[in-house]
Amino acid sequence: MFETVIIISLALIAISSFLLIIRLIKGPSVPDRAVSLDAFGINLIAITAIISVVLKTNAFLDVILLLGILAFIGTVAIAKFLEKGEIVENDRDQ
Amino acid sequence: MKKAGRKTNDIILQTITKIVVFIIMIFSLYLFFAGHNAPGGGFIGGLMTSSAIVLLLIAYDVKTVKKILPVNYIMMTAVGLFIAVMTGVGSFIFGVPFLTHTFGHFHLPVLGDTELATAVLFDLGVYLVVIGVTMTIIQTIGETE
Repeated sequence: MFETVIIISLALIAISSFLLIIRLIKGPSVPDRAVSLDAFGINLIAITAIISVVLKTNAFLDVILLLGILAFIGTVAIAKFLEKGEIVENDRDQ
Repeated sequence: MKKAGRKTNDIILQTITKIVVFIIMIFSLYLFFAGHNAPGGGFIGGLMTSSAIVLLLIAYDVKTVKKILPVNYIMMTAVGLFIAVMTGVGSFIFGVPFLTHTFGHFHLPVLGDTELATAVLFDLGVYLVVIGVTMTIIQTIGETE
């Protein structure tokens, strides 16, 4: 029963990731691709959590927090590049 | 492709950054100190600390971050390398080969019985070198017009 639930949830996340990759390839604009990559990062977090349940270890819990932080910083950097044209400004008041 | 004359107000990003930077800093310190018995260590801890500073650089600018953290990152790299080498040279005092590490159990006031290892000092050198090199690269790229 438990293994069935694990397999079904992994399959559903795999389907969701596949659809996100389709949006990543076809996406007509750059923000579409950015949002697709952000959601793909969240899917990776879910996959890591389920795999750590399967392997009965808690060594991957750091990876989950790390992926969350990296996905946030990456998405913010892409958004700032699209908005202002540069990621790290020298002086914002100029 | 800088869009000139376009003022934006990043108050949501800056308010979130003020909270999230401290969470990332605490996580990186946890990764640094957990490296002896769990996944982590100086390398990934230094990368997470520098990613917190990168988040500050994104939300603010190079000038403001230099005012918040007045750190010379090239000097930080040199100090890290010096600490890492001195942990190796320090083993000569006790008449043992280069980079010989040791550990011992001590009774600390709050933490109780704690295992203190000299490998943490070597890891501190790695931590400082990783922060210094990453921030030097990013700030050098960010400052050029």
